[in-house]
Amino acid sequence: MSSNKKYWKSVEELNENSSIVETLKQNEFVEEIPTDEFLGDKETLEATSTTRRDFLKYVGFTTAAASLAACEGPVKKSIPYVVQPTEIIPGVANYYATTIANGFDFASVLVKTREGRPIKIENNDLAATNGSANARVNASVLGLYDSLRVQGPTKGGAAISWNDFDRETSQALTNIAAANKEIVLLTQTFASPSTNRLVAEFSEKYGNVSHVQYDAVSESAALDAFQAKYGVRGLANYDFSEAMTIVSIGADFLGDWQGGGFDAVYAKHRIPDHGKMSRHIQFESNMTLSGANADKRVPLTPSEQKLALAKLYSLVVGGAVSGTLPEPIDAAVKQAAKALKKAGSKAVVLTGLQDVNAQTVVLEINEALKSKAFDPKTPILTRQGSDKAINQLVAKLKAGQVGAIIMSGVNPAYTLPNAADFLEGLKQTELSIAFSLKADETASQAQYIAAAPHYLESWGDVELKKGHYALTQPAIRPLFDTRQFQDALLKWTGSDTSYHDYIKGTWGDTILGESSFNKALHDGVFVGTLAEVIETEVTEDAIEEAPSGNAARALAGSATSNGAELTLYTKVGMGDGQQANNPWLQEFPDPITRTSWDNYLTVSKADAEALGLVNENVANGALNGSYAKVTVNGTSVTAPVIIQPGQAKGSFGLALGYGKTLGLKEEMQTGVNAYPLYQNFNSVQNVTVEAVSGVHEFACVQLQNTLMGRGDIVKETTLEIFNTKDKEYWNPIPKVSLDHEETPVTSPEVDLWNEFDRSIGHHFNLSIDLNACTGCGSCVIACHAENNVPVVGKSEIRRSRDMHWLRIDRYYSSEDSFEADDAKKDGFSGLTGDNGSLGGFGQLEDPADNPQVAFQPVMCQHCNHAPCETVCPVAATAHGRQGQNHMAYNRCVGTRYCANNCPYKVRRFNWFLYNGNDEFDYHMNDDLGRMVLNPDVVVRSRGVMEKCSMCIQKTQKTILDAKRDGRVIKDGEFQTACSAACSSGAMTFGDINDKDSKVAKLTQDKRMYHLLEHVGTKPNVMYQAKVRNTTEA
Amino acid sequence: MKQVIHRKLSKAVLHFGLILSLAFTTALSAQEGDAAKGKSLFNANCAACHKLNKKMTGPALANVEARLAEEGLDRTWIYAWVKNSSGVIKSGDAYANKIYNEYGGAAMTAFPQLSNADIDNILAYTAAPPKKAPVVDGTGNSAQQVQASSGSGISNEIILGALALLFMLLALGLYLVNKTLRRFATAQGIAIPEGEKRTPLWKAFVQNQFLMIVVAIFFLLSSAYFVYGFLSQIGVDQGYEPVQPIHYSHRIHAGDNGIDCKYCHSSARVSKHSGIPSLNVCMNCHKSIYEVAPETQQEGLGEYGVDYNAEIKKLYAAVGWDDAEQKYTGETQPVKWIRIHNLPDFAYFNHSQHVTVAGVECQKCHGPVEEMEVMYQHAPLTMGWCINCHRETNVAVKDNAYYEKIHDELSKKYGVENLTAAQMGGLECGKCHY
Repeated sequence: MSSNKKYWKSVEELNENSSIVETLKQNEFVEEIPTDEFLGDKETLEATSTTRRDFLKYVGFTTAAASLAACEGPVKKSIPYVVQPTEIIPGVANYYATTIANGFDFASVLVKTREGRPIKIENNDLAATNGSANARVNASVLGLYDSLRVQGPTKGGAAISWNDFDRETSQALTNIAAANKEIVLLTQTFASPSTNRLVAEFSEKYGNVSHVQYDAVSESAALDAFQAKYGVRGLANYDFSEAMTIVSIGADFLGDWQGGGFDAVYAKHRIPDHGKMSRHIQFESNMTLSGANADKRVPLTPSEQKLALAKLYSLVVGGAVSGTLPEPIDAAVKQAAKALKKAGSKAVVLTGLQDVNAQTVVLEINEALKSKAFDPKTPILTRQGSDKAINQLVAKLKAGQVGAIIMSGVNPAYTLPNAADFLEGLKQTELSIAFSLKADETASQAQYIAAAPHYLESWGDVELKKGHYALTQPAIRPLFDTRQFQDALLKWTGSDTSYHDYIKGTWGDTILGESSFNKALHDGVFVGTLAEVIETEVTEDAIEEAPSGNAARALAGSATSNGAELTLYTKVGMGDGQQANNPWLQEFPDPITRTSWDNYLTVSKADAEALGLVNENVANGALNGSYAKVTVNGTSVTAPVIIQPGQAKGSFGLALGYGKTLGLKEEMQTGVNAYPLYQNFNSVQNVTVEAVSGVHEFACVQLQNTLMGRGDIVKETTLEIFNTKDKEYWNPIPKVSLDHEETPVTSPEVDLWNEFDRSIGHHFNLSIDLNACTGCGSCVIACHAENNVPVVGKSEIRRSRDMHWLRIDRYYSSEDSFEADDAKKDGFSGLTGDNGSLGGFGQLEDPADNPQVAFQPVMCQHCNHAPCETVCPVAATAHGRQGQNHMAYNRCVGTRYCANNCPYKVRRFNWFLYNGNDEFDYHMNDDLGRMVLNPDVVVRSRGVMEKCSMCIQKTQKTILDAKRDGRVIKDGEFQTACSAACSSGAMTFGDINDKDSKVAKLTQDKRMYHLLEHVGTKPNVMYQAKVRNTTEA
Repeated sequence: MKQVIHRKLSKAVLHFGLILSLAFTTALSAQEGDAAKGKSLFNANCAACHKLNKKMTGPALANVEARLAEEGLDRTWIYAWVKNSSGVIKSGDAYANKIYNEYGGAAMTAFPQLSNADIDNILAYTAAPPKKAPVVDGTGNSAQQVQASSGSGISNEIILGALALLFMLLALGLYLVNKTLRRFATAQGIAIPEGEKRTPLWKAFVQNQFLMIVVAIFFLLSSAYFVYGFLSQIGVDQGYEPVQPIHYSHRIHAGDNGIDCKYCHSSARVSKHSGIPSLNVCMNCHKSIYEVAPETQQEGLGEYGVDYNAEIKKLYAAVGWDDAEQKYTGETQPVKWIRIHNLPDFAYFNHSQHVTVAGVECQKCHGPVEEMEVMYQHAPLTMGWCINCHRETNVAVKDNAYYEKIHDELSKKYGVENLTAAQMGGLECGKCHY
């Protein structure tokens, strides 16, 4: 007899009146199967003269022909140079020092070129200032080979020659100057001594010229505050090597705050040394990299941040401020003040609030602390934009007062909140020229697009900080018919010199003194002796003045909030959006949300519940989210929602830099443009948020958020315990039972295998310090570039088919700390009940409202007892004596047993031929984009497993170089792409058989542990346990 | 820097040319009149920079005396010039300075060792060079030889054909005799005894199941063997000998002239690629070697069907060298060589590891290149071939500080005196596949 049981077919049936269930009752499928799509047009099908037999004949013939043809190898041509340049040897890489200065990213880097093609960006160790490349700078090399670049000058969309361009524009400029109408140069921040000089010469020639510098993401408030106090338009420099107590109020200084580049020095004091490490307290509303790395993180809304800063001022410097903070925040501010006072000159305060008062207050607090980390004498010059100037410009444009506008390195039609006004004004100018790499939103509206070269094809100079100079030199001849802005300025001023000679002249006159230009060019950087002379010019008047506290009171007064507050931020992977057409960056998972190919509104759990916003995982695990409409002063943007643990209640976050529509491939037109909400260039806006219908599909690479109390994955302890207790207490070696006796898993008796002798030759190990790792992700992009890792696109990522060889896992604690998670898990008893594991694990899946965060880079662990090797039926993966787990791609038949047997889930399968498939039209599919490939590493084919090789091509090269020179290899010579890209020193690579090497010492460090050590895989990658400085002052 | 190198190289080439011409002169000299003596002197001393009818490093010398006479210069001037040209230039002589400037300020080497009589002989030669009789003789001989050898080839075929015809006729004759005899027999009523009807051998064979199974197994095994053999030679291009856009003879360059491989393939020392030399490397020598020796030319035409001089012209066209004006035009046409040694992308091979570190001779993998008129792939370039060598070859550890420690320890471990590349780790997958 049949029962009355109802069998569920899908979760949909839970929803009453679900249309899907209704349709399914009638039809087999919810949607019509599009048979026409694969059968083709019915009419043509019937009209065709090919019979079924003919068709089969053709199929047979072509198959036979194809297989016969495959037996014959193709004829390959080799075309040598006619005259080979002396510096190029085919097969040997050359390195050039250069500097990226695109208005958002400023960094001195090395460019690796092969056969004249730049293929990778590396850190310039000679550069003391901005010498490390972040993820975007690492990815910038791919921008050179962007097939959508403007390939020559255009006028109204039609190509013209540079001669015509020169003639027409010079004539127009002369006419405009004769009519005494204004000529505006609207540029990015160049921070370039030569360009400044050139602009002055241009102004002299044409008279009524104004130069407006514009930063898409403004630091105007900080610049204004600094200028008012110190008389120089710049940003205070912070030297974190002197900071033992860091209090940041809304400043994501490990991200892009004030130009970024602070993480390398910050990390130095994060590694406990002689029982000491820095203490970092972060007050913020969005969960940022800085907050994730902080020892203590206090979530609070932006208006509360203002008040907190004012209170901090009154506590540290003096004076009373009105206003009250919620109790826990107030307590945190008091503690922070106490810590600051205790640390004295070893303390520093930062803020990211776009408010002149807030910035002034911070300058005053640091002055009062006599902070050694605070350095106003060598200000950072890489941000010069002024909100006032740009607003005036838009007003003048709209009023038709501007005769000519020449733009370079900017895209105001995309980045301005009042872009419509700007475009309206742009149309009224007599002459508009945009120097641009792309026919983007602005360039396509200008009369002329002057095709600009990529920075790897250009000359340039930058004054990164006062007295700290850097040079940009081309690493390849221009790919297209381009001309850089400065060369055009030279033409317009009637000069015949090239910009290269001009720079040389400027440097010779004002910068170099007695030093050699070629030496500076070789190093890429130059620290001027003249800098010291300038230093003394900074008047000490302002410093001597007793802080009035006016700014703090004004700040406290402005700290009022009406409703929800939105904080606009930039993502590590996208910045201000000028590299939006870069597939590496689009696919780069955000370190915090682990989501790629998108920007989104980050919402706290409480707000999401109140607004009815949800995140849910669908059947295959992929993440879906609701949409929300965000409105600022009548301007609305609809963005998908991600519920962000740690987001302050009442605050929201949205990344800038997405939602571009012009000058990029359709696949890269992702996310929503948040610039319209960036009103008055303030990153904090009062908003109204409401749920709207629709479900957004995210491409998220990490679908679980918590560690579930598995404290042995990310080992963590506090500084106090680290200093006082034995290693056995906080970093025990896992034990297994051998004859009913607890035996350490590392002891040979419990081993199934006979240990192979690895004491001869090299034995490579990689150490990852979880304390120093800030999660910045430059290693991920460096790995992409070095190892030809393909980009797979959003839909494949959604299917968990991402190809990153190196991922940075991010974990949230479910309780207030990871320690509490472990305690909770250990306290489970029984299956059900209050302490039952069934419910308990369910709870552990949810991250806390303000969780602790841990980053853990994971790549192939190169296990000495590798589970993958034993299951491969064709022995495609095998172990080398040097400790590397080899993968012979040509041997692999794609059973994927190895991936299934890998406990670390680091193996990646090529589901498709990513490099020759129109479905994956990123960079490996066009001739131009392919130029970035590393010729020493195979491009993998379909059906092949791949994974981190521990950069065996690099270790082999180092060995070969030493053999050829007949010398012993020094410590530090061995590098992987990730360890070389890691500026914070979190990754150390080397040979542990060299007993004096850094990495050999790290194997003996008491923080050292292996991932999933109890499995007994004996990995060659080790981790250094995370230590948090939770000691309150 | 560059210029210095060029000069050095061209000097080397000049020396080489000198030796070459000397070699020719000994073969060809005949004890005859002045012009003949002059010729040998010319070849020994002058030919490196002068030709009779063609501008080279120096001017063409045919009828030089007559031309100089037009300028009002007599034989004494020539004596002075030959013995110490720079002295003449310094003396402010107008014509000397004109020539000096015309040829780019390169002073002619002084020849104090030449006597006036020698110079007279040379001038006699330049005025009326002896007929190229011996040369013609030589080539005539070789041509005859070629003909003779080809003639014998033809006659062999004829003999074979005639023999075949003979045998066919014999067979036909036998058949006809047999037929006639049978006809006689039937006509005379003689019964020809017939053999007993037995099952034919093949039928018996087919009926024997055991034999059939054995044959089938044999057939299957052998076909499997051949199929496997066929499949495993796919992609193996041993002996691949494509026709190149310029007929470049390794035999002449590396063999006859003994130029070091790494002079042209210089990046083999430091790079993974051996590199196809860029055309400026060719021009280091071919700026002055604009044609091959007549013997070589004849040899090329006769044996290989190649006009070497035309091939040099191809080089000039590619590199944009105007031989008549002795200068570069700037119009280049890069040469599209056909690549012979194609390793698949997934195999990493580094020339410098083998050439510089291991000191392996190029010929070990590339075969007798110095004998190859046309370059071909000598080795199979299969993985088995690589591995065999790694198993057999000892690591070249001498005077290499890198190997000291590892070789000591490893050889102790394996109990051998010299480690092979395989013992050093040269068989690990990841050493070549990444």
